[in-house]
Amino acid sequence: MKRGLVVTVATAAVAAAPFVASTYHVLLMLPFMAYGVILLGLNLLFGYTGLVSFGHALFVAIGAYTGAFLTTHGKVRSLEVILVAAASLGTLVAVPVAALCVRYVKIYFGMLTLAFGMVFYTFVLKFYRLTGGDEGTPFLRPSLLGQSLDAMPKVDYLAGPYYYYSLAVLGLAALCMWRIVHSPFGLCLKTIRDNPAKAETLGIGVTRYRFYAFVISAIYAAVGGALLGPPTGNVDPTLAYWTHSGNLVFMTLLGGFASFFGPVVGAFVFIYLQNWVMSIVPYWRLIFGAMLAVIVIFAPEGLMGLVTRRRPAPTSWP
Amino acid sequence: MTPHVVNVLLSGVFHASILFLVAAGLQVVFGVQKIFNLACGSFYALGAYVGVSAVGWYADAGGPPALFIVPLALAGLAVGAVGVVVERGLLSFVYDRDETFQLLLTFAVVLMMEDAIRLTWGTAPRSTAGLYLAYGQVRLLGATVPVYNLVVIGASLAIALAIGWLLTRTAFGRIMRATADNREMAEALGVDMRRVSAKVFTLGAALGTLGGALVIPATAAMSEMGIELIVEAFAVVVIGGLGSIRGAFVGALVVGVLRSVAISVYPELEMLLIYLIVIVVLVLRPRGLFGGAAT
Repeated sequence: MKRGLVVTVATAAVAAAPFVASTYHVLLMLPFMAYGVILLGLNLLFGYTGLVSFGHALFVAIGAYTGAFLTTHGKVRSLEVILVAAASLGTLVAVPVAALCVRYVKIYFGMLTLAFGMVFYTFVLKFYRLTGGDEGTPFLRPSLLGQSLDAMPKVDYLAGPYYYYSLAVLGLAALCMWRIVHSPFGLCLKTIRDNPAKAETLGIGVTRYRFYAFVISAIYAAVGGALLGPPTGNVDPTLAYWTHSGNLVFMTLLGGFASFFGPVVGAFVFIYLQNWVMSIVPYWRLIFGAMLAVIVIFAPEGLMGLVTRRRPAPTSWP
Repeated sequence: MTPHVVNVLLSGVFHASILFLVAAGLQVVFGVQKIFNLACGSFYALGAYVGVSAVGWYADAGGPPALFIVPLALAGLAVGAVGVVVERGLLSFVYDRDETFQLLLTFAVVLMMEDAIRLTWGTAPRSTAGLYLAYGQVRLLGATVPVYNLVVIGASLAIALAIGWLLTRTAFGRIMRATADNREMAEALGVDMRRVSAKVFTLGAALGTLGGALVIPATAAMSEMGIELIVEAFAVVVIGGLGSIRGAFVGALVVGVLRSVAISVYPELEMLLIYLIVIVVLVLRPRGLFGGAAT
């Protein structure tokens, strides 16, 4: 199968990158893999369920701050424990938030998620004794699979063990998400997206399914958020800001929300392009804003849509 | 009332009158075009920077300081013309698409505008030196208040009345309300939707740029002021109800005064309190205080 071949080649290329690419580019792969996890989750909500969240940065920040807290204040350094804790805390917050948000769709859903994101942003910004305010909280180097790697030089750690750890998490996350969207549950979500009234008559609990999709995507965001911390060694409130949520949706659209791997491609292109543009001019927002406008107007299916072009571009959806 | 309370309340009302202008711009566009314009904060920032420049030129040309509000307000209104560029150049291509695409297109404008401002005016904050107190101060119920604040509050009230008059007493207002009610029907009755969309979006943008221009003597222009204001304006329209001008008015008062009180009583609460109110309103009464039915 052609797609299987492409995925295998891409995975092999990513796995081989630390041996062939420059350290600089290898380190750029780390935020890409973290965002890959986040966006796989976001697209369950955006591409598959048809709900556009403008507050998903909330869960990214919760994951990142969980890790920062455990390593700085909690003396917990195991990344496995951190990821499980991030997922648990993400779930804990997502359940009430999702229960309230999924009662609405479209613009009201987007606004409610944005409001929740901004609540958390103001909280971490203002309660600086707890969170370090706008300076953020340090994310100390986590141990991997019980191995404390504190003695390693930072770059060797990030480009070596941490790199493959992130890749493994991304691979596992993609595998789980593949199973989810191709299960009867995933089909129900697509039905809800395309025709909620019909889905309801078919006996699908529309609100309940939207709720599950929201919680799953929040867990993905929290896990990906925790992975964002170690490369920079610090987490700060901008992770929860509404423009970060907007950028997450931007990345998904850039890669293509209609395709399973679109968001991952979007994360890759976004990170590298942003880095490249910023190395030339400081005004990356001007160029990316123009790029987003072009995508929205001319290529709503994103890069994957340009590559595959099997179906006509959707005009009424998402 | 102690002077301190009067001061807190009046600074809240001053902030509310600026918020009302931006939120009214958001409401006009949402009411008629059903587009939630994230870029209204960017228009506000643009108006602020253009206002600083206009007042600077005016002072260099030797204009009397007492009249600085005239070039300020005129510049704020004039730069609202950027609305027609955004509407014709970008939004008009996606009217037949889902509102998600329209929302993302306004987000693209937010990104572009932030850097366009940095590119034009630099990254350092800009302010109009000394003009804030050009009208002096008055004592009001024991508190000392800059007269400029009262001028802006008055101007905002006048604009609120003017919008009300526009919507209820003019032909264009009737067309706007008809379009808001039933777009297809209005179009079938011969309303030129292209012109209405361009006019309405420009009106919305001009309200935002005017708000930015008027606020600038009291504060400094920063490139992030737009993305910060949009979340406040967003709180205003949610509390008041999407699409309602009356809602924008009440919502702006609620947000402006509450924020001012929170800052003086317990600064950590500041916007947290506002967002919590937003969530409570969205959960209990999603159409807000004055809005139509939520979908």
